[in-house]
Amino acid sequence: MSKIPAYFGFWHRFGAWLLQVSSWLVLLFLILPILVIVPLSFNVEPFFSFTEGMLTLQPEAYSLRWYREIFNDPKWLLAIQNSFLIGILATVIATALGTCAAVGLARDDMPQRRFITALLLSPMIVPLIITAAGMFFFYSNLGLAGSYLGVILAHAALGTPFVIITVTATLTGFDYSLARAALNLGATPLRVFFDIIMPLIRPGVISGALFAFITSFDEVVVILFMAGPQQRTIPRQMFSGLREQINPSILAIATLLILVSIALLVTIELLRRRAERLRSAED
Amino acid sequence: MAEQAGDKPFLQFTNVKKTYDHRTLVVKNFNLDVAKGEFITLLGPSGSGKTTCLMMLAGFEDVTSGEILINGRSVTSIAPYARNIGMVFQQYALFPHMTIRENLAYPLKIRKKPKAEIRAKVDEYLALVELQAFGGRYPGQLSGGQRQRVALARALIFAPDIVLMDEPLGALDKKLREQMQFEIKRLHDQLGFTVIYVTHDQTEALTMSDRIAVFNNGIVQQCAPPHVLYERPANLFVADFIGESNKLKGVIASVGDDRVSVRLDDGAQVSTLKANCTEVGLPTTVSIRPEKLTFTDRLGSAGNQVKARYITRHYVGEYIRYHFETSDGTELVVKNMNDSSAPQFSANDEAVLAWLPQDSQALDRPDASATS
Ligand SMILES: Nc1ncnc2c1ncn2[C@@H]1O[C@H](COP(=O)(O)OP(=O)(O)OP(=O)(O)O)[C@@H](O)[C@H]1O
Ligand SMILES: [Mg+2]
Repeated sequence: MSKIPAYFGFWHRFGAWLLQVSSWLVLLFLILPILVIVPLSFNVEPFFSFTEGMLTLQPEAYSLRWYREIFNDPKWLLAIQNSFLIGILATVIATALGTCAAVGLARDDMPQRRFITALLLSPMIVPLIITAAGMFFFYSNLGLAGSYLGVILAHAALGTPFVIITVTATLTGFDYSLARAALNLGATPLRVFFDIIMPLIRPGVISGALFAFITSFDEVVVILFMAGPQQRTIPRQMFSGLREQINPSILAIATLLILVSIALLVTIELLRRRAERLRSAED
Repeated sequence: MAEQAGDKPFLQFTNVKKTYDHRTLVVKNFNLDVAKGEFITLLGPSGSGKTTCLMMLAGFEDVTSGEILINGRSVTSIAPYARNIGMVFQQYALFPHMTIRENLAYPLKIRKKPKAEIRAKVDEYLALVELQAFGGRYPGQLSGGQRQRVALARALIFAPDIVLMDEPLGALDKKLREQMQFEIKRLHDQLGFTVIYVTHDQTEALTMSDRIAVFNNGIVQQCAPPHVLYERPANLFVADFIGESNKLKGVIASVGDDRVSVRLDDGAQVSTLKANCTEVGLPTTVSIRPEKLTFTDRLGSAGNQVKARYITRHYVGEYIRYHFETSDGTELVVKNMNDSSAPQFSANDEAVLAWLPQDSQALDRPDASATS
């Protein structure tokens, strides 16, 4: 808790206290539904609620049963495999496209810069259901609906804006005289990109890639439209699990997803700090 | 001084013009011939187009019209990375993610030199700029002067034909700047590359260059060796821009072979060198360097003389500056060595200031000048 200044009167103090309490309540409200899932996923019983035994912390009330169930169920295994396959390939495409776009958009002589940026970022702003519906009709005509390629391309389109934003952020303040210096020393423009620009914007590229991956990993709306039974990802499988075979294995997989997300977010934060350190070393 | 290689100049700007906005010419008709191994300085006020000329030569800006030739070959058809021109950027532009060694090795790596050769060259150039102990550090871990030296070494290590330096010492303090000037000159003498140097600092230009091109408003006012520039400035802008000069207004009275006679506004008749003002009756400005004015009539009948009233003096150290005013209010400055010859005056003393005709020139009047 932050310190309350000594010159505060009673009502002032009360107000400050109220602010702190309500802030904590909001935080709890946001995070509790997520945290609750974790213990429930170890429930021995096929229920979505805490049992007597769990509340009294009896060891036999907990088990890894639902985790075992997931890893023995071919449906879940396919979903996990799909999630990673689609996520990684979509990330690679989004990262390559997004980085190129950001580097191009950062140029002074780029015509129609604002318009193109807005266009490229639109998948982030347009309601997902609209994007998904649009993609479905468009991809169906191309025969891509219900195929891995279709899902991967769709997810790449959703992830690209994140890469553009993070790379653009690392490019602001990029010292273009470095690129000129490299050119002057004999490097072709392609070499300048890989030798000079890329290493300096790498933190932005990587965090953009992680965001793109999380986007694909969590995404269910586009999958609902685009994916056939073969391309079911984890969120899609959870979605049908909620209706068909209601049991805590969903909670177990959710816990795993939370772990993956935390790992990715920590990585992003570490990269951000590294970028900050690199930047301060530049001056 | 540089020797001319063959009959064609090594580097040539011919009628180069540049505009950024398709309306105003930033560089108007730039002509310059540079011999191999020459040290040329572009000197001029801010915004006069110096950087623009370097950028056109390096290939980062295109030439609006005219041509830049290296060894008789137009550079417009050569990509910036193929021009083999080294450049020292004002803000160093060292690669922050590479160590000093990697920075120096980079141009050699691009040229696919063998590893052993690269290592030897890097060692050699680290020694040249006396940074042997710093090869493993990153640019962020060096002082300004050290980074400057790395930038210099990196611009030289791949043996470029031409080295461009855009105010390379601008960010350094006076002492370090003088040390680096010396270092650059030493490397130039040792390695014999051709230099195009840009600076605001006229002392720097005078001490380092073989020739100086004085820029103003996108036009080269004069391009000459330092002593010519200082002693025989081609026009009033150059006389004013390089060093200090006293300016006495008058009218050309008669014109000889290499002298002109000028009737000053206060009536005195003086003889000066002929310069860019050569017609009887034209208004002119007689320009005299402060250190060429003396107090005595020791010069005899050959010398010019003006009467002036003593105002004040400034004690500078190795010399003393005396301020005088002529009867029509023109200020005159005399620099006298701080020795036994330094006279004492009291306010409003009348003095006779004298100089030799060959130490003065009849230049254009500002109102009649093409320079402003
Ligand atoms: N990229 C550009 N776009 C438009 N105008 C420019 C550009 N670069 C320079 N200029 C203009 O061209 C003129 C000459 O600029 P330049 O940088 O060559 O001057 P300079 O002699 O190097 O000045 P300084 O001594 O201040 O560096 C200036 O008026 C400047 O405003
Ligand atoms: Mg400049």
